[in-house]
Amino acid sequence: MSQILDAYRGLRLGDRWDGAPTVVRWAVMLLVIAFAFYLPYLNILPFAYIRTDLTSSGSDWASVLFLVVVYMIVAVGLNVVIGLAGLLDLGYVGFYALGAYSIALFGSTNSPVVQAMQSKFGLSEEWAVPFAVCIPIAITMSLIAGVFLGAPTLRLRGDYLAIVTLGFGEIIRITARNLDNVTNGAAGITQVPVPPGPEIDGRAFFNTIDAERWYWLALTILILIIWLARRLEHSRVGRAWLAIREDEDAASVMGVAGFKFKLWAFAIGATLGGLAGLLFGSKQQYVEPNAFMVNLSFLFVAMVVIGGSGNIFGALLGAFLLTYLPERFREFVDWRPFAFGVALVLVMILRPQGLVPSRRRAREFEDRRHEAEEAAADA
Amino acid sequence: MPDLTTPSSANSDEAVGLEDTSDHDLIEIETSGAVGETLLEVDHVTLRFGGVVALNDVNFEIRRGEILGLIGPNGAGKTTCFNAMTGVYTPTEGKIRFKGKEIAGTKPHKINHLGIARTFQNIRLFPEMSALENVMVGCDARHKSSVVGVLFRSYRVRPTEAELPESGIRRSLAKVFGVSRHTLEERAGRRRSMELLRFVGIADRAHELARNLPYGYQRRLEIARALATEPELICLDEPAAGFNPAEKEDLMGLIRRIRDLGHTVLVIEHDMKLVLGVTDRIVVLEFGSKIAEGTPEEVARNPKVIAAYLGEPDDAA
Ligand SMILES: Nc1ncnc2c1ncn2[C@@H]1O[C@H](COP(=O)(O)OP(=O)(O)OP(=O)(O)O)[C@@H](O)[C@H]1O
Ligand SMILES: [Mg+2]
Repeated sequence: MSQILDAYRGLRLGDRWDGAPTVVRWAVMLLVIAFAFYLPYLNILPFAYIRTDLTSSGSDWASVLFLVVVYMIVAVGLNVVIGLAGLLDLGYVGFYALGAYSIALFGSTNSPVVQAMQSKFGLSEEWAVPFAVCIPIAITMSLIAGVFLGAPTLRLRGDYLAIVTLGFGEIIRITARNLDNVTNGAAGITQVPVPPGPEIDGRAFFNTIDAERWYWLALTILILIIWLARRLEHSRVGRAWLAIREDEDAASVMGVAGFKFKLWAFAIGATLGGLAGLLFGSKQQYVEPNAFMVNLSFLFVAMVVIGGSGNIFGALLGAFLLTYLPERFREFVDWRPFAFGVALVLVMILRPQGLVPSRRRAREFEDRRHEAEEAAADA
Repeated sequence: MPDLTTPSSANSDEAVGLEDTSDHDLIEIETSGAVGETLLEVDHVTLRFGGVVALNDVNFEIRRGEILGLIGPNGAGKTTCFNAMTGVYTPTEGKIRFKGKEIAGTKPHKINHLGIARTFQNIRLFPEMSALENVMVGCDARHKSSVVGVLFRSYRVRPTEAELPESGIRRSLAKVFGVSRHTLEERAGRRRSMELLRFVGIADRAHELARNLPYGYQRRLEIARALATEPELICLDEPAAGFNPAEKEDLMGLIRRIRDLGHTVLVIEHDMKLVLGVTDRIVVLEFGSKIAEGTPEEVARNPKVIAAYLGEPDDAA
């Protein structure tokens, strides 16, 4: 086993990537993105074997791709909180639920909130808050929830934070289930709005049949988010998070405002969780409390940890594996918890730092080699 | 006299780079007062941990531009004194004033921003970050980019001629749209960090993880990281602990050069000979109380100090 791992290390993909000229890197990046957009139509053998709809009982391929990307957004957000800032958040599903419920509560004609607004302001029964307005509402709600949860709890350390966030996730779900006259309770909210778009073949652009459009939308958002997250990672903000994770007391003596940066990590994580929830709720066109059980939180944490805490691409890989594999191998559905447990234990034993550990550790800034040479020359 | 916290065998085979570090491009820091005036005042500070009196009515001052030695046997309260000055502990009684401003009870990061930095007796680097990144965290203390500014590069500044990129398109773009403050700070921070690593003599391993560095490098890295925050007062807690005599001598030279850059230095050191050689004044603590203060000659002659040091059977250093 260790030989395999060594061989894997020998590939040194990260170093090669950094050593490649800018043109090559851009070309590779564009190719990967183009391929990702093409994935729903993938039909060339043998690659088509990765599709999940090869048997009649399989899941719709594009829908699986969509879910993978939504969970990737979740993983990028949670990676900021857990991987970079080192804050164990076990209630991430709470933000995911908040995002989904925000758009349902304000955008659906089926929502008691919208119905109350209709009767209060004498609006027609068709009226609901427009989709474009629902987005900032959902983002603001998750952000505010993140700040409100973080402000008192981020002064706690380690285990306490995990327990409080775990409670938060459950509180959101239970509230959604019990507030019958706001959220329709366990019945959930139907007619969650979809993004506007031109009608094609008499159907709305974003509908329940053409899942690939949802996938493309989510993928575009994901790419934007990765781009922004990397900016943060390679800045004083990312360094502050790492410093806090490594030694909070030493960091604060070095001038790092610990609480401020932890709260930012939390707020950014919450926002991304909310955004992912919004996409999920909108695509389903239906939200209900049972979609946001606590085990989803654990799945999210597992994605980040298995993939490689602190590394965006590790988190993406974790999200992909834990979403895609169960769908691809649906025949073995009974074995799912077992396989999941074994995989987790194996990763923890063989690669405790995750499948793709943070490359920051080996790799440095773009001009690493240049600087090293310079230093050697001066020494 | 106290034993050295780290067995000397641990580092004897990992000789610290003894290259000359006096050649550097660091410029003197800006200071806001005249040499010799009071910079920090420890005003009758008492600090208790339950029943333990770690500091008992300690009273001294640090003058701008000097190298002040803080010495005393094990458990005398030297590190506790540092902790009180850098906001880690709040004194039970008494006041600490920095540039005339009361700082006891202020958060550590705010005290750092006011201009006090320190190193730790038991090294506390960010082990999973490279040496360069460790120092950059220090530089960041002086940077202003916000999270929003980093995300959207929204805060733009007009670059000076030297900051403009060389190549054509980028240069014109920078001229028209300015450059984001974040980009400039990042660039300046990296350059300064590299310069600081060179200054303390460990630039050859700038890109290695802090935890993989040899012991002597780690000690120096702590100093570089503290210097990066541009402190007016830098407090070094046993920076030469575990060093062999040659390395110690080398470090004392570094301390002098730090002072020459405009920093005021407070240093804890057990080796009497070294302290006498490098410091301008010395404060002696024993059992939490100040027992002597003065120039190295005065302190070395002080019977109380001699008693305190000779009274300890394991006084070998
Ligand atoms: N957090 C704490 N809680 C309780 N007692 C403490 C604490 N920190 C320090 N002390 C006690 O305060 C006294 C002074 O300790 P301090 O670490 O300041 O000594 P020191 O002069 O730095 O000694 P050394 O030469 O060993 O570094 C000791 O008796 C120590 O046990
Ligand atoms: Mg000490």
